[in-house]
Amino acid sequence: MARRLSCLITGAVVATTMLSGCGGGGTDGGGPVEISYGIWDLEQQPALEQAAAEFSKRNPDVKVKIQVTGWDEYWAKLKAAATGGAAPDVFWMNGPNFKLYASNGMLLPLADRIAAEKVDMSVFPKSLVDLYTYEGKSYGLPKDFDTIGLWYNKKLFDAAGLKYPDESWTWDDLRAAAKKLTKADKSVQGIAAELNNQATFYNTIAQAGGYALSPDGTTSGYDQPATIEGLKFWTDLIKDGLSPTQQQMTDSKPVEMFESGKVAMYYSGSWYATRFNKNTATKDTIDVAPLPAGRKRAVVTHGGANVVFAKSEHADAAWKFVRFLGSKDAADIIGRSGAVIPAYAGTQQAWIDSAPQFHLKIFIDQLAVSVPYPSSKNTAGWMDEEPKYLSKAWTGEVGIEEAAKDLAAKMNASLAQEK
Amino acid sequence: MIAPLGLGLAVFYLWPIAQTFYFGFTEWGPFGGSEWTGLANYERLLADEEVWTALRNSIAYTALVLLGVPVAIVFAALLNQRRLRGRGIFRTVYFLPVVTMPSAVAMLWQYLYNGDFGVLNQLLALVGVDGPSWVSDPRTAIYALAAIGVWMAFGYNLVILMAGLQNVPKQLYEASAIDGAGPVRQFVSITVPMLSPTIFFVSVISVIGTLQMFDLVYLMMPAGSPALPATQTIVHLFYSTSFVRNDPGYGAAIAFVLFVVIALLTAVQFRIQRRWVHYV
Repeated sequence: MARRLSCLITGAVVATTMLSGCGGGGTDGGGPVEISYGIWDLEQQPALEQAAAEFSKRNPDVKVKIQVTGWDEYWAKLKAAATGGAAPDVFWMNGPNFKLYASNGMLLPLADRIAAEKVDMSVFPKSLVDLYTYEGKSYGLPKDFDTIGLWYNKKLFDAAGLKYPDESWTWDDLRAAAKKLTKADKSVQGIAAELNNQATFYNTIAQAGGYALSPDGTTSGYDQPATIEGLKFWTDLIKDGLSPTQQQMTDSKPVEMFESGKVAMYYSGSWYATRFNKNTATKDTIDVAPLPAGRKRAVVTHGGANVVFAKSEHADAAWKFVRFLGSKDAADIIGRSGAVIPAYAGTQQAWIDSAPQFHLKIFIDQLAVSVPYPSSKNTAGWMDEEPKYLSKAWTGEVGIEEAAKDLAAKMNASLAQEK
Repeated sequence: MIAPLGLGLAVFYLWPIAQTFYFGFTEWGPFGGSEWTGLANYERLLADEEVWTALRNSIAYTALVLLGVPVAIVFAALLNQRRLRGRGIFRTVYFLPVVTMPSAVAMLWQYLYNGDFGVLNQLLALVGVDGPSWVSDPRTAIYALAAIGVWMAFGYNLVILMAGLQNVPKQLYEASAIDGAGPVRQFVSITVPMLSPTIFFVSVISVIGTLQMFDLVYLMMPAGSPALPATQTIVHLFYSTSFVRNDPGYGAAIAFVLFVVIALLTAVQFRIQRRWVHYV
């Protein structure tokens, strides 16, 4: 009774829909246990409902309740719920937030269970397994991943008499093509130089040999010449009029400019495959190629993981479910939906086949040259500053070198606070 | 009798205020747990350019939105004419923005303000003017947001002012008409002075409300908007400090600065009212 009451009070204080862990029984004995599963993507809900049903068929004593919270509120709500001890038993984690949760004891370490049950972690991309490892311990099983590709409009390439991009392309080829594709009256421009770390500038920074966050996670790389070179790639495209201005890209979303044929090329993630495939304007007129090489080839990869809440009352059932989600059977169900690329090796074909007219295989092939999305203990503390400082260079108000160095100073101050 | 109200006030207002004040002197972990750091947050705040810019933006926005009050007074007087047809329709139309969700308002105005194909710039193009990206250009963004702020508050102010007009004795207008006063003279010499307590109320409420503006910036300034530094309000800064950058202790200090600013400005208004508000 007392536990119930405290749950009620917590629930009242943490005014959030992410209530859970206030189930009846308390022990994993009498009747089926209900665990909650927090996710942020409505598009993946049907596939996950299917996976959860399959799981309950094999484990009749566990029921799964999926709770979808929109991306915009997901983290704020999760933080409040975790503080109040009422986060879902199992939930989605991403790279930028992982260390924040792991270092504050909010996640159940899974290393011992992984070892005891001999779970083969080599079926997941190594960069993702590392991403969800904190102080040498695994805290999550990777569920999916994404990489970035060069989406392009075939119709506009044909009209300009250009060959389509392929793996031989370098930065210079991209610039030359952008010049040819840009019309004098700017009704069509070559590329959208979107200010988006994962989709655009982290990739070119890595291709130039630079980094945003030092590999040991303690210092900013924004004052390094190579990093600045990777940023300048984009600011030059805007300066030369080959991309819409930063103000235009704030007023209208670059992805919409690409869909409506106002820009011919667009660096963005595998996550747009479903959207472009559903859109009649892009379904048969666009395709995708590997990212052009700078000094070297590189692409940013990131992926989510399923984690267990440290204070979950049904830790065993939650782990069982996470383990099932990390199995080949679950990956097949998720892959067929086409919403994301499943992380489990060898299950990606279903995703590739979900839009056969696009060369989606390039997203998986590029894993060979992938660099992980950066993350520190308080990633948001400095990542939130990036667009603020860099947009001044994207608009041309200040030079890219100055903007990057100011950002480095601010970022180092934030990293110093992480202790 | 006052116990339920007093209890609610204590639990939901006074206690959080005291808590916020306390947390301003702490470094607060992302999942609760705080550590006393004394004046460190306030020292950092004094040297933080971003806080002062945000405070300036909030005050500029408030000043601009206050410009809508005189217009509302004139409209209230006009809508109060008994001879006016369709008064009810006008009142409803003016009140609609007040009850519309801010996210819907933001979307609508984004369409109007869009630099390339916004309605506003299409109209300007007809007369040969090439309009800017209203909300993404740092030079125009604060005015663009203030225009929305005026539009959203207009109906509310109008209703309050019209209620105030009901209390103006008709004899005054009749007497002044006999003395030869026209409508303009009546407005200046009777309506405004008699309405001054209501005007005072509206301006105090407006200042308190607009200094806390958050939603328009949050909804209309995506990450990377060049206009964000020119429009970020103090509440928006508090939000991103506390909930995005995971620094709630510093956020509490910022929030407390706003509390002090609002208290000061309200006190100043109460001081000045003695000179211009006529309580009959």
